[in-house]
Amino acid sequence: MSRQERLLWSMASIGLAVFLVIAVAKVSEIRLVSPIFLPPPQRIWAALVKGLTMGNFGAMFLATVRHMVVGLTLAACLGIGLGAMIGTSASARAYLMPTLEFLRPFPSSAIIPVTIAFFGLTETMMLAVIAFGSFWPILMATIHGFSTVEPRLEDVSRALGLSRQSAMMKIALPHAMPDILGGMRIGLTMALVLATVGEMLTGRNGLGQTILLAARSFRTADLYAGIILLGVIGFASMLIFDRVERRLLRWRS
Amino acid sequence: MRGAPRLLPFDWRGLVLPVGFLLAIELIATMSTIERDAFAAPSAVLAAAARTLSSGVTLKAAGETVITAGAGLLLGLVIGLLVGIPLGLFRRADLLMMVPLESLRPVPPVALIPLSLLIFGFGYRMEIAVVAFAVVGPIFLFTRSAIRGIDPQLMEVSHALGLGFLAQVTKIVLPAILPRIFVAFRIALGIALVVAVTVEITANPLGLGYRMTIAQQSLQPDLMFALLLWIGLLGWSLNALLVRAEARLFGAAA
Repeated sequence: MSRQERLLWSMASIGLAVFLVIAVAKVSEIRLVSPIFLPPPQRIWAALVKGLTMGNFGAMFLATVRHMVVGLTLAACLGIGLGAMIGTSASARAYLMPTLEFLRPFPSSAIIPVTIAFFGLTETMMLAVIAFGSFWPILMATIHGFSTVEPRLEDVSRALGLSRQSAMMKIALPHAMPDILGGMRIGLTMALVLATVGEMLTGRNGLGQTILLAARSFRTADLYAGIILLGVIGFASMLIFDRVERRLLRWRS
Repeated sequence: MRGAPRLLPFDWRGLVLPVGFLLAIELIATMSTIERDAFAAPSAVLAAAARTLSSGVTLKAAGETVITAGAGLLLGLVIGLLVGIPLGLFRRADLLMMVPLESLRPVPPVALIPLSLLIFGFGYRMEIAVVAFAVVGPIFLFTRSAIRGIDPQLMEVSHALGLGFLAQVTKIVLPAILPRIFVAFRIALGIALVVAVTVEITANPLGLGYRMTIAQQSLQPDLMFALLLWIGLLGWSLNALLVRAEARLFGAAA
């Protein structure tokens, strides 16, 4: 398929999206679905604009992003650090892997009531949940990355007389990087999910709180606007992540 | 597929951490007498776990969680296949649907909890809807990429045989992608369980997640950890079951 044809199809795809939005507007107009459940798109748009310019959508958006970033940073520091230690040591793996493999299918959101019992409905609780949830995929991926280094590369690093530390930085880390980034990608998705849940539960600032309050008071246009903003965060974070990944894995291409 | 537990010979070193951890907690719990609402001795947790099992609470709550997660998973599987198969087969249809589909994908599924609650109220339906939304994405992506990975010769055979679209899908495409779909199903099951428990903890008065929230709010840490244990066991056994089934059914094909 030529480039031009591809471009043409992308335009058609945007056209289809516009058509769908108009169709929803029509459905809403003739009241096929109650406007409480499906407000007309123009009202959602108006709510979005109003919330961003006069309301608190901007602040809530930033609060959710901050929760995600702080939680994910905590998870990445712990996950990559511990993962590197466990992954490079066969005896650490012998002690820890059975437990970690056992815990792997554990649904991490079930930890929420426990963290509430420990920290109350606080900011700390929310960050703990986000960090815990995104920690697991990062940890497991990092262990996998560090433990699968080609043994011959270890021979190479010994022949070059590299210290353990520089062998780690120059050989093991680049080898593990694709795995680490794969884990971080899952962690990023988890972080947004758990930030939203945390804000709904604690009632602290953030889009989770925005959409819950909007639903409770039947302000459906605000509810949809909040969901759209959460989608924007998800989309933008993936876009940024893609760029970072391409940069870090430049050596591969 | 990574994620399937490898069968290792028994190694006592794997037991040091969990046994040591539980003993330490038990010791701390028996030595200290402070009032606590976030902390329970492992023996008390086990006792509570046995209690909830014998009173039938575990089975009832686990049943509610499994039914909603399973129904949402099946619904998501059907939708994911219905969308994924044509878009995998026809490149142009895929390009056409790109913008509408890609604009839904980054929405975190839990963002639909308030909306689903508004539409369906409390109960099974709102939870099933959220679970289905969460698993459609991964199943769709797996299906589409599995179809793209089908050996082109196989597709040529189906053209040479002059199969109609339906026959082509049922006789060539579905059998070819079945192992990958099963892997997708196992991954989606994990997602479905997490999302179901999350919905129960956040909003819906159903299942193990809800029982756990109640135990926390009524300051019964032993009960709370017992339910956490049951949730963990549920996740673990469902995953183990599917890993087994996968190895049995498809062997190295998956």
